[in-house]
Amino acid sequence: MATVAGTLARPANVGVWSWITTVDHKRIGVLYGITAFTFLLWGGIQALLIRTQLAVPNGTVIDAERFNQLFTMHALTMIFLAVMPLGAAFFNFLTPLMIGARDVAFPRLNALSYWVYLGGGLILTSSFFWDAPSAGWFNYVPLSGQTYTSDLGIDFYVVGLLTLGTSSLMAALNFTVTIINMRAPGLTMMRLPVFVWMTLIISFLLVLALPPLTVGLIQLLFDRNFDTHFFVPEAGGDPILWQHLFWVFGHPEVYILILPAMGIVSEVLPVFARKPLFGYPAVVFAGVAIAFLGWAVWSHHMFTTGMGTVPRTVFATNTMIIAVPTGIKIFNWIGTLYGGSIRFTTAMLFSIAFIVTFTIGGISGVMHASPPIDGQHQDSYFVVAHIHYVLFGGAVMGIFSGIYFWFPKMTGRFLSEGLGKLHFWLMFIGMNMTFFPMHFLGLAGMPRRIYTYDQGLDWGFWNMFATIGSYVIGISIIVFVINFFRSMRQPKTAPNNPWDAATLEWATTSPPPEHDFDVVPTVRARDPLWYDRDHGIEAPEPTGEHIHMPPPSYYPILMASGVALLGIGVLSHLALTALGAVVIIYSIWGWALEPTD
Amino acid sequence: MAHATAGHAPAHHRTNTGTDNRKLLMWFFLGSECLFFGSLIATYLIFKGDSVVGPFPHDHAGEKGILDIPVTSTSTFVLLMSSVTMVLAVYGAQHGLQKMMKLSLLATILLGITFLGFQTYEFRTFGHEGLNLGTNIFGATFFVMTGFHGTHVGVGVIYLSSLLLASFRRSGLGPEAGFHVETAGLYWHFVDIVWIVIFTVVYLIPT
Repeated sequence: MATVAGTLARPANVGVWSWITTVDHKRIGVLYGITAFTFLLWGGIQALLIRTQLAVPNGTVIDAERFNQLFTMHALTMIFLAVMPLGAAFFNFLTPLMIGARDVAFPRLNALSYWVYLGGGLILTSSFFWDAPSAGWFNYVPLSGQTYTSDLGIDFYVVGLLTLGTSSLMAALNFTVTIINMRAPGLTMMRLPVFVWMTLIISFLLVLALPPLTVGLIQLLFDRNFDTHFFVPEAGGDPILWQHLFWVFGHPEVYILILPAMGIVSEVLPVFARKPLFGYPAVVFAGVAIAFLGWAVWSHHMFTTGMGTVPRTVFATNTMIIAVPTGIKIFNWIGTLYGGSIRFTTAMLFSIAFIVTFTIGGISGVMHASPPIDGQHQDSYFVVAHIHYVLFGGAVMGIFSGIYFWFPKMTGRFLSEGLGKLHFWLMFIGMNMTFFPMHFLGLAGMPRRIYTYDQGLDWGFWNMFATIGSYVIGISIIVFVINFFRSMRQPKTAPNNPWDAATLEWATTSPPPEHDFDVVPTVRARDPLWYDRDHGIEAPEPTGEHIHMPPPSYYPILMASGVALLGIGVLSHLALTALGAVVIIYSIWGWALEPTD
Repeated sequence: MAHATAGHAPAHHRTNTGTDNRKLLMWFFLGSECLFFGSLIATYLIFKGDSVVGPFPHDHAGEKGILDIPVTSTSTFVLLMSSVTMVLAVYGAQHGLQKMMKLSLLATILLGITFLGFQTYEFRTFGHEGLNLGTNIFGATFFVMTGFHGTHVGVGVIYLSSLLLASFRRSGLGPEAGFHVETAGLYWHFVDIVWIVIFTVVYLIPT
């Protein structure tokens, strides 16, 4: 079937080399997933260290400098190395399957995105061997300028994020084209699974949001290393410019983190409620509206910079308006559950928990949309509570729901429901124990990012409570890891469509063959498999035709090493940057001339 | 379909929009570039006239401005002419006129290199007159913005040179020659349009 003469022979799809040279979207999805989960564990260990230090007043576990590095790197690791790539793992694996395609539009570019991500992640993480970034994840000047932070940490931040941004941009371009151009016959835009819609939306957001961050990072790099004064007011510059450039990226970024989870929940709920998604067009358009409005709210992160009354009013109003499409989604999910015949599987529990915890985080978001209230919340633990309710209670819960739901499709095996439910309850309770008290701490005046606090402030009890909660989360993750390895030792028993789901990925085998579908499916309705089931339409017989799949290629990893050298050169010696440029040009030529037929 | 194809679909392969994947990719990439140059240009505009010390771009308090508008108008004309030769190269490639395509590509490359020569001259002159990255906010915003534009022209020169080199192979640019040159043309014209904006903002609008 899928054998052709390429530049590389492929006798068998096993071994390390086959993974290094793979251009198969499913394998790249798995690589993304495993790498991102490893970074998730690493970010979790950082969080546990932070919580251990804060458990009691005047803690002495880590010193102030290391603490600054830990909270900065915890955020960078979780956002850029764990949650975003976990979203990427899902949309890599699922998008072509859900749209009835055999691969993405640019399989080698897809592999390149992964390897550049890995390079950027390793550069950023290796900073612990020298100086880790320590100015917070949004890295405000002048703290991040040469005057106040003269070590290499901020340069690691700049180079790491530029590299990771390149990776995300390439992936986003690839998936935009794939979804717009490669849908199966009959799969119109308004029949696309909601998860694919959300992938398309975040791809657009990434394509448009990353460049302002890139420009800000370049300006910071020049200020630190080449004597410019973009952010130095005495010389005519302005530190607020960094905040604007960062948040023009940073606010769409929070939707980039949450929309994949919203897509996952929109797939899981209908299957386990045995009902089509309630108000499909409303859910889709609400997603588009959130992304669109997301461009007009960035300054709500900057209410305390003294922007003036008119901008504050406009940004506050826009921010509150975002609650409308978000509410539309929540009510449609509840409408999907209403009157359904619900199966409480682990995936379903995570999805329902998503609705609950995300709503709590969303409501505290509406609270600090109001500038006077935001002035009280700014830089307090209340904001920490908010961000974790939407990112942990939202994005991470959604991602775990997706893992339990698609695990049979990805591996051919089931995760244990018993251990899964244990994992769920520990994580749900631990998460609320950790983050809910942070609301109280914030309102009691505890500032974020302090490495310790005094005895008499009355913050000790809730801090200890939150620390215990964080250990419960840690235990829940251990349960999940045990569940994963136990399942991987089981035989592959999953049928094509174990959950009786409606979308196209369940029409093929579990795990799918390299070419995804023996026959490209034809879509007749929004929930194609349910339509075919209810109308007695049988799956078409394979015709045994020759299916051409792109051959493996080592150019992606070669080119990614060139990109990594560019960045390492900026951090060490510029000769390495020149070498990186040569490697990139050589790879592009080899890439362009490599036969793909 | 006789051949179900994945990945790099040939131009005749059916897509949902009818536009080739690779061309669509170039369009979205250029959309991203708009935001990139938009941010650089916005930074320039925000800081326009905010330099605390000279040299200043335009005449300021009796001091002569550092910008040499006639010279840069010439280099701008050169870059705009390269868009004309680019159009001719696309026409040649799409109509199988090999000689026209190669000569026009060569002319585009040479005009691009000439523009970069002008820019190098300008940067060096500014350096001699005491304007560097760290001199004032004009120096910082000007060099970073035009420097990144120049880098894009340089990448375009390498892109077109690669196509020109490949066109001398026995198989030339293959059956999709018109497509390849057209996609390169999209990039080249975009870089030209960005320059028109930068030229207007920096050189034509006084502080």
